[in-house]
Amino acid sequence: MLDWADGLLRSFINPYYYGILVTIGINIILALSLNLVTGFTGQLHLGHAAFMAVGAYTAGLLATKAGVGFAVAVPAAGLAAALAGVVVGLPTLRLRGDYLAIATLGFGEIVRITLLNLDITGGPFGLRGIPRQTNLPIVILAVVIAFAVLRSLVNSRVGRALVAIREDEVAAQTMGIDTTRYKVTAFTVAAFFAGVAGALFAYWFRYLNPSSFGFMVSIELLAMVVFGGLGNLLGSALGAGVMTYLPEFLRTVAPAIAERRLVFYGALLVIVMILRPNGLLGTSSEQGWLEVWLARRRSRPPEARSGAPRHGTPPAAQGGGDGGAA
Amino acid sequence: MFAQQLLNGLVTGSTYALIALGYTMVYGVLQLINFAHGEIYMMGAFTGLLLVTVAKLPFPLALLLAMGSTALLGVVIEFLAYRPLRRSSRLSVLISAIGMSIFVQNVALWIWGPSTRSFLPPFPVTAFTIGSLRTNTLELLTLAVALAMMVGLHLLVTRTKLGKAMRAVAQDRETAALMGVNVNRTIAFTFAIGSSLAAAAGVMVGMLFNAVTPTMGVMPGLKGFVAAVLGGIGHIPGAMVGGLVLGMVEVLGVALLSSQWRDAVAFAILILVLLYRPSGLLGRRTQEKV
Amino acid sequence: MALLEVRELTMEFGGLRAVDDVTFDVHQGEILSIIGPNGAGKTTVFNVLTGLYHPTRGEIVFNGHRLNELKPYQITALGIARTFQNIRLFREMTVWENVVVGAHTRLKSGFFPSIFKGPATRREERAAREQAYRHLEFVGLRGLETAKARQLPYGAQRRLEIARALAADPRLLLLDEPAAGMNATETAELMELIRKLKRQSITVILIEHDMRMVMDISERIVVLDHGRKIAEGTPDEVRRNEAVIAAYLGASASAGH
Repeated sequence: MLDWADGLLRSFINPYYYGILVTIGINIILALSLNLVTGFTGQLHLGHAAFMAVGAYTAGLLATKAGVGFAVAVPAAGLAAALAGVVVGLPTLRLRGDYLAIATLGFGEIVRITLLNLDITGGPFGLRGIPRQTNLPIVILAVVIAFAVLRSLVNSRVGRALVAIREDEVAAQTMGIDTTRYKVTAFTVAAFFAGVAGALFAYWFRYLNPSSFGFMVSIELLAMVVFGGLGNLLGSALGAGVMTYLPEFLRTVAPAIAERRLVFYGALLVIVMILRPNGLLGTSSEQGWLEVWLARRRSRPPEARSGAPRHGTPPAAQGGGDGGAA
Repeated sequence: MFAQQLLNGLVTGSTYALIALGYTMVYGVLQLINFAHGEIYMMGAFTGLLLVTVAKLPFPLALLLAMGSTALLGVVIEFLAYRPLRRSSRLSVLISAIGMSIFVQNVALWIWGPSTRSFLPPFPVTAFTIGSLRTNTLELLTLAVALAMMVGLHLLVTRTKLGKAMRAVAQDRETAALMGVNVNRTIAFTFAIGSSLAAAAGVMVGMLFNAVTPTMGVMPGLKGFVAAVLGGIGHIPGAMVGGLVLGMVEVLGVALLSSQWRDAVAFAILILVLLYRPSGLLGRRTQEKV
Repeated sequence: MALLEVRELTMEFGGLRAVDDVTFDVHQGEILSIIGPNGAGKTTVFNVLTGLYHPTRGEIVFNGHRLNELKPYQITALGIARTFQNIRLFREMTVWENVVVGAHTRLKSGFFPSIFKGPATRREERAAREQAYRHLEFVGLRGLETAKARQLPYGAQRRLEIARALAADPRLLLLDEPAAGMNATETAELMELIRKLKRQSITVILIEHDMRMVMDISERIVVLDHGRKIAEGTPDEVRRNEAVIAAYLGASASAGH
């Protein structure tokens, strides 16, 4: 069925744009997942590309050395990256903001250097020969799933805990939130999706090199999230789209500028932080127009009984037109 | 053999110490990791190179001018990227610092291209041996310059009014302001001094390795930060000690493992320190006031 | 057995002894105030009680549980909630979200249920939201539910903190200078609120500088100075205690903050 959809898409999208859309999709998944950690939980994460690398190389090795199929390798890559997320997260997420950022950077670099020095991963020559099994419908499906899962997570008890940690970690602890556990959870979930994105990357570009997963890539992902809005999932998709497509576009129109895109990324980060720290779409505590609309309906609070609530008594369901979906 | 390694480590370590001092001083007054510091170091190296090769200035003058102009660069960076965010969240200013770092590095790439330039010292370098240790005038000069800078900094921080202001702002910015300290100026001076030290390190390293390139600041910048954390971030003597220790451990690590893992040593140290002794070797434990 | 037993509590930070050998009980249902000059260690006591610091020496027993080694979130689960001297709200969250976060410990939805929201989760979320609205009404913030916490005026923010703490369904509520910055009317409303809490069988420990309020509302008072307990008793006893008067250097006993 996906092949049918793929045939359909290829019939009216030329190969050049097809490839760009695939890359945009992969970057959207990376940006969404990074946003969970940095935008929603407020933990500056400078090593996201490393989790992508773990996923990419896991998939690549499974495909080339173990003959494992695409449908197994991709989730396996996600799980491998998630495991890495736990391993890295547990010790480092006890650290405070700036130290955490540097620790994630350090881990990212250690992963890159390790990949560079191991024979099994091909070292500096990289890993080749991965079959091309990613296509646009698969990427679109992955993006939709990632978006749906993350949005649901964010609009839940877990999501509230993460934002509470971002807003005031000490107060969050006092409200009964095990902050380390939740930070590690966010980190692990983000790592999972980064690993999946890495696997999709591997099965598209067919060749992996450690230099594709360095600190700069983590920074580019951060720029996408910041640009679109920390704590805004739609914004991350927008940021990923713009910042993936724009350099490509510039390359055709003004090649000199395209080569210097990092100059603009750098300046962009500074300028966005100063002028519009909430990014293009801003930080919203409720995501998306659907939720905003629902929130306006809910802002008429249910009719409360007269008198103070008795604590400890579970409230009976009240009327109030609430759809119920969180 | 072992002693030779230690000597090599001491030389690199002293350059790490100079870089680390800039980080630690800025962190002291702003609680900010100045990600752009590595790029400031690189700009110092380039300035020194250009002053020596193009302007043909004598070395001492070139060094001082490189330090001065880089100090100015540091002040400008603070003004543009950090001062507007003085009241913002830590995350915002960290992201701004990262942006600045990328910006400066890529501007340098734009201007000078990615190729590595040669930086030959404009004075004769003679090799000689002390006992069984081999060294040369350049290495000794590096040690001398680093030592002079550290002593100078120590005197500045402990004996001058500016130094006192820096320590006051580092402890409690608001109260320092209430006591009449010009906080903006003090912070600007802190950046200036830290940047000039990094520039000195850049010039010396450029000559030691006969290589100047726009990306040369990335690794030393990170390692300088590791050294600062190792010694206790915000603690000036700690940065000196941290730099020297890191230099020597790194050299030993390369001797024991292999040069490919050299950079990983620094990161491994970083992670170990952060996990087991985040206040660093010399730092004091601070509690967040609730 | 008292609800809360504090025994020889000592808290040292390096060389500084912020709390020095403090012992007192808090009984179920009472309103106890901790007073003392600035720097006496009052907030430090709260921080130790809620697990932000672990005591250097001494014991804390709450409802039969020893709190010394517990993490803050575990202590909240046992039934202690607090507000902060410097208002620590979740500023970018809405008013009702702040309160629902307060109920975190009483809600059950874990990781996977939060993503794949079944009927039980949805019911729980709806109930939590309604309970939050009720808490907001209790503290008098009805109508402000969807405002962002940072948009509230100061007095409303303090009340929001109380609503958030109540959402945790505590048996013991620690209020750290809740009347700071309030005028006489607001203070009177706050006192009424605290009396309502007492009628709900919530035990309250209050740190306050507003002596009029303290004397009016407290059933018992503990006085700290330089980390040590210098007096304990009913408002009348404390008012006449020489050590207390000396500690305040003769400042008028009715001086507000």
